[in-house]
Amino acid sequence: MASAAITLAAEAPKLSSANTGFMLICSALVLLMTPGLAFFYGGMVRVKSTLNMLMMSFISIGIVTILWVLYGFSLAFGSSNGFIGYNSDWLGMSNVGLTELWDGYTIPIFVFMVFQMMFAVITPALISGAIADRVKFSAWALFVALWLTVVYVPVAHWVWGADGWAFKLGVIDFAGGTAVHINAGAGALGVILVIGKRVGFKRDPMRPHSLPLVMLGCGLLWFGWFGFNAGSWLGNDDGVGALMFVNTQVATAAAMLAWLAYEKIRHGAFTTLGAASGAVAGLVAITPSGGAVSPLGAIAVGAIAGVGCAAAVGLKYRFNIDDSLDVVGVHMVGGILGSLLIGFFATGKGQSAATGVFYGDHSFTQLWKQFAGVGAVLGYSLVASAVLAFLIDKTIGMRVTEDEEVAGIDQAEHAETAYDFSGAGGGIGTSALAAPETKKVDA
Amino acid sequence: MKLITAVVKPHRLDEIKEALQAFGVHGLTVTEASGYGRQRGHTEVYRGAEYTVDLVPKIRIEVLAEDDDSEQLIDVIVKAARTGKIGDGKVWSLPVETAVRVRTGERGPDAL
Repeated sequence: MASAAITLAAEAPKLSSANTGFMLICSALVLLMTPGLAFFYGGMVRVKSTLNMLMMSFISIGIVTILWVLYGFSLAFGSSNGFIGYNSDWLGMSNVGLTELWDGYTIPIFVFMVFQMMFAVITPALISGAIADRVKFSAWALFVALWLTVVYVPVAHWVWGADGWAFKLGVIDFAGGTAVHINAGAGALGVILVIGKRVGFKRDPMRPHSLPLVMLGCGLLWFGWFGFNAGSWLGNDDGVGALMFVNTQVATAAAMLAWLAYEKIRHGAFTTLGAASGAVAGLVAITPSGGAVSPLGAIAVGAIAGVGCAAAVGLKYRFNIDDSLDVVGVHMVGGILGSLLIGFFATGKGQSAATGVFYGDHSFTQLWKQFAGVGAVLGYSLVASAVLAFLIDKTIGMRVTEDEEVAGIDQAEHAETAYDFSGAGGGIGTSALAAPETKKVDA
Repeated sequence: MKLITAVVKPHRLDEIKEALQAFGVHGLTVTEASGYGRQRGHTEVYRGAEYTVDLVPKIRIEVLAEDDDSEQLIDVIVKAARTGKIGDGKVWSLPVETAVRVRTGERGPDAL
């Protein structure tokens, strides 16, 4: 995150109402991304697991919010030896003054904490798309809590904590290409390597049940992403946040067009799902890079990510890995591309003076730093997430039974059905409420 | 009596309804159906994965008719349903033993 503390003068920063208000709005925008993600994923699954897909995102809002305020923020952003932080005052935000400023910035710690909370909420939710249709809800809830603690918190500390080793090394990750997207994508890969494929993968058709829902979710993600990206500078005093805002829009447009063009050439059609996927690929790739590149660089980053991710999503069939909704193909690949492209396209005129291969003295230094950040996050998240999934699988079990999966996880895990389109009310026989003496109702 | 069943393209429904009304048919039943004939299906692409969708949406229309009217009625439906392209569907008839109007209890041709 923001490397350059306000450089205007030697005097300590004062609380800025403008920046504080802006950051609170950005926090709400980032929160909106998680319901957006729920719809983006929810439309892509089959009817019988729509609710489960929505719920996997929503439960993350619940669990992560609580854990973040209790200890997550303290461990992620407290001072440290470089690997995991700690600040006892921030446990439960119990000893923090309302106007106490986040060090070096013009916003209260409370504001920074809640902004970062929303990042922590969406990151595990991103993983859920890879494991659609087949994971016990209780196992997922436990996974979210453990993953936040064991994977997200340390990685966020490495990349964004003032004492984090990657931050100190000079790895550029403006808003979460490594800490959010590579982290979630590699985590997803680790989990699916443990839990395996859906019943009928590659045999049964598993086409999206509602592309309009996918487009709605994509729109909410795109909108919320401005808070995610532009907000990550924590203020607007030097224009870098605005550069990020512009680049977010430009790269996303370029990626959507690039994915569509790739698809038209390879598969003969401009698909709706391709437009939505391309947009998200662009958003992912510009997330780490948007503060370092120019708008022309953002076009390049977006276009490369659009084509790169469009090509990557087909690989799961070749490797026979059921990354159900292409979390690895879009978030891990997009995150890697965005993070590494900084090493080529950084102009030195944005968030820092570091330049990529195409600018300044054409040095590869920044590129190697980016490789270090990407490799460390990818490797750690992949292994740690696989271990967590393995442990949960050996204790309470990760998957629903095959019968439950085939019949639909919504009924098995949530006792609900997503849609009732029949005029007479969906074939429900008698109300349990109407006959309390004959039927015992638990709930 | 005969039961005439037509499985046709959904967008021909209005034409068929109008033609049947003009012919003097006072009631029919329509259900959404899916299926395939010689037409087979079509191909859809989702993130590069191609799916053959072989069950195509159709409309199934059922009409009860008196024996004397049935052949003519079939012609009316066929004419209204035809686009000349593959996938126009099929129409057939079966003998019906009895029919009852639920409200009045009338039986046989009186129930139509």
